[in-house]
Amino acid sequence: MSILNALRSDSYVDISQYRDQHFKGNRYEQEKLLKLSCSLYVGNLSFYTTEEQVYELFSKSGDVKRIVMGLDKVKKTACGFCFVEYYTRADSEHAMRFVNGTRLDDRIIRTDWDAGFKEGRQYGRGKSGGQVRDEYRQDYDPARGGYGKIIKK
Amino acid sequence: MSRRRHSDENDGGQPHKRRRTSEPIEIEDRLESLICRVGEKSTSSLESNLEGLAGVLEADLPNYKNKILRILCTVARLLPEKLTVYSTLVGLLNARNYNFGGEFVESMIRQLKETLKLNLYNEALYLVRFLSDLVNCHVIAAPSMVAMFENFVSVVQEEDGPQVRCDWYVYAVLSSLPWVGKELYEKKDVEMERILNQIESYLKRRQKIHVPMLQVWTAEKPHPQEEYLDCLFAQVQKMKKDRWQERHILRPYIAFDSVLCEALQHNLPPFTPPPHSEDAVYPMPKVVFRMFDYTDAPEGPVMPGSHSVERFVIEENLHCIIKSHWKERKTCAAQLLSYPGKNKIPLNYHIVEVIFGELFQLPQPPHIDVMYTTLLIELCKLQPGSLPQVLAQATEMMYTRLDTMNTTCIDRFLNWFSHHLSNFQFRWSWDDWSDCLTQDLDKPKPKFVREVLEKSMRLSYHQRIVDIVPANFSALIPANPIFIYKYMDESSSSLPGYPVTIAISNAIINRSSNDEILTILKDVPNQEDDDDEGDSFNPLKIDVFLQTLLHMAAKSFSHSFSALAKFHEVLKILTDSDEGKLHILRVVYEAWRNHPQMISVLIDKMIRTQIVDCAAVANWIFSPDMAHDFTRFYVWEILHSTVRKMNKHVQKIQKELETAKEKLEKQHSKRKDSGDEEEDKNSDEEDGLLEEQIERLQEKVEFAQSEQKNLFLVIFQRFIMMLTEHLVRCETGGVDFNTPWYKNCIERLQQIFLMHHQTIQQYMVTLENLLFTAELDHHILTVYRQFCALQM
Repeated sequence: MSILNALRSDSYVDISQYRDQHFKGNRYEQEKLLKLSCSLYVGNLSFYTTEEQVYELFSKSGDVKRIVMGLDKVKKTACGFCFVEYYTRADSEHAMRFVNGTRLDDRIIRTDWDAGFKEGRQYGRGKSGGQVRDEYRQDYDPARGGYGKIIKK
Repeated sequence: MSRRRHSDENDGGQPHKRRRTSEPIEIEDRLESLICRVGEKSTSSLESNLEGLAGVLEADLPNYKNKILRILCTVARLLPEKLTVYSTLVGLLNARNYNFGGEFVESMIRQLKETLKLNLYNEALYLVRFLSDLVNCHVIAAPSMVAMFENFVSVVQEEDGPQVRCDWYVYAVLSSLPWVGKELYEKKDVEMERILNQIESYLKRRQKIHVPMLQVWTAEKPHPQEEYLDCLFAQVQKMKKDRWQERHILRPYIAFDSVLCEALQHNLPPFTPPPHSEDAVYPMPKVVFRMFDYTDAPEGPVMPGSHSVERFVIEENLHCIIKSHWKERKTCAAQLLSYPGKNKIPLNYHIVEVIFGELFQLPQPPHIDVMYTTLLIELCKLQPGSLPQVLAQATEMMYTRLDTMNTTCIDRFLNWFSHHLSNFQFRWSWDDWSDCLTQDLDKPKPKFVREVLEKSMRLSYHQRIVDIVPANFSALIPANPIFIYKYMDESSSSLPGYPVTIAISNAIINRSSNDEILTILKDVPNQEDDDDEGDSFNPLKIDVFLQTLLHMAAKSFSHSFSALAKFHEVLKILTDSDEGKLHILRVVYEAWRNHPQMISVLIDKMIRTQIVDCAAVANWIFSPDMAHDFTRFYVWEILHSTVRKMNKHVQKIQKELETAKEKLEKQHSKRKDSGDEEEDKNSDEEDGLLEEQIERLQEKVEFAQSEQKNLFLVIFQRFIMMLTEHLVRCETGGVDFNTPWYKNCIERLQQIFLMHHQTIQQYMVTLENLLFTAELDHHILTVYRQFCALQM
């Protein structure tokens, strides 16, 4: 039974433009992994959002296999992102369709496909230890340490 | 090299589709796009768009006839909400090219046969409806459509075949009548009358044991939950009384009447319904969900009555829109809100009713629960001035009717509500619900509020919940989710085993080996067995070790999972027996009873790492220890999650077995083709290995299936014991058995059947012979009979 391309649309599940610059392998290999991945990057979390809250929300789209909370590389405290891994691709697709863009801890969170967790990826890559986006942020966000590092300096 | 960062410009919402500007857009894709998009918002009228498209397609017929046929058949099957747009298009094409019309009808019949063979009954339904609308477009001659309907209805005379088979064929006829009833009655009223009479007598004699199991509310007021065929028949009867007037369906073909009535019509080939086969899986019966009527929409257009055919058509179309667009919530919301004819109906009310109807559908919603939550949020975003109010009104209504709401539906209601609130800063007029504060905590309303607050806490934190409810709601606030350490400090030093906890903590901190830890644990006295050499079941040992370990790892889920993984070996040894497995669950519960979410994830991990098995969890839930929490939502979350894990495990191994068998077959057929002796010898070896693997997998499957069967047996046995005890006690005591506890328990039994019906079907014979025998109390047996009636 055929389904037309126009009716096949599932745009929430498409991979984004982001590519991990530290990925060991070429673009093609990374994209292949992203298209089969059961792992999601979750961004725009509050620094105070707990693993338990992430578990509860993301369990709504399927059984969660593992959560790795993102940490400040220096302080080893939560710095506003995490990885969520499911047992099946189908469950992670549901998360992309129905959890992405909704609120957790009063903040709109964003999910994106991840090629798979590797040790070291739980750390922020900003110069100060947190995420890069918090280095250059100009606004005041009390849930993410206040002003961006560039303002604080 | 630019560093790409995660950008946050859109709110994680629907991404833009990539534009293919550099690739040539194929004509076929263009045709697809033109056809799929016709009928959507446009600067020109629908009629002129259809006229234009018919012209384009007619011109393309010589070169792209098959493609156009395929596209049109597919939209007929998959876009039922645009049925009349496409039937008009086919009508116009038939008027210009009679042969094409004939080929289209043939393709549709072929497709219909295929969908029926593949158990795609919903799609088959849309095809039948499309064919019937083609009568209105002068493509199909009315008498031949009537003949098809006569053949459909004759299915009810068949000797064999389940009732659900006859149900589908009757439904296919009835649900086409809103579109074509008028035309068919005008042309063939005698035959149609006979058909309707046959249907009426079938509906009178068919059994309806299944209905109570599928109703969302048990009460008849304010809106009866009608069986779907009964409701539709009443709607058709009313339409007939109204001389087949139907005012809602958008019928573009009317504007083209002068062109279409010049066209030559085709006769449908005689269509015999395919015979019943063992593989056939017919749709399950349904109950029509209603929560609003014309009194609920305060101003504006009136809601069509419950037995009006308009109501049926609107609900059908809204369901179809959700079915087409559920994966893309922004599109889905936009399509729902731009429903044609929306100005004549209270659209927001219909949308909310249809969405809750799906969410609460028994046995299962058509789509994953969380989809509905997110869809409602999108709808609120698009209609911020009106939809949230309707949603609040609906919530209030459902709250007032909690007393008669099915427990499974209450689960879904509280899951939805707490998740929804978490997207809106938990703002709610809690004071409006202060009536629940004067009731016993086990009554449905206070229970509901408690569970909502508990679920809300999981998405936030304890203090937040304290802050959002009025002070007088304090009794309903969940406990602060902190660890309860039995061996906390000096004050517990008198507890047996206390000294060992100190030794264990030190051993863990000093990274002692598992053997060293087991040696330390030998010092724990065994209260069960004085002669214990140290190897038999010793509950205190488990208590001492696990309490200490979990206490040290209490900081987060990750810490606790790490702890379980690190000391997996020790735990396996300690829980080697059934009693050991049961006790570890008790210890986890005692330590974390303020934090049900933690209990849930720990049990999940312990099952997956085989520290406990599924049957142990089931036994624990039904044990006297857990009686006081038996009606709490988290307990059932755990049980259903456990059953699901078991089911997925069996499916996984079955799949492995299938894959191995397929591999073997492929190898056999390859060998047949080659005939090379050298290759033969190698293949023999490979075959041998595969065959061994298949044998091992076969054993694994059988073992897993027997574990699965055993799990269901345990669960059902325990239910039967508990319910029977309660019923007997009430009878001898002369009290009413229908307490809140009883309602919860019997509906949880129903829930097991409904949630896992596909798996349970395999074990029906065992269940009937061993458990659900005629000696059982009829209250319990009724649940079983209702379940059986779902596929009869």
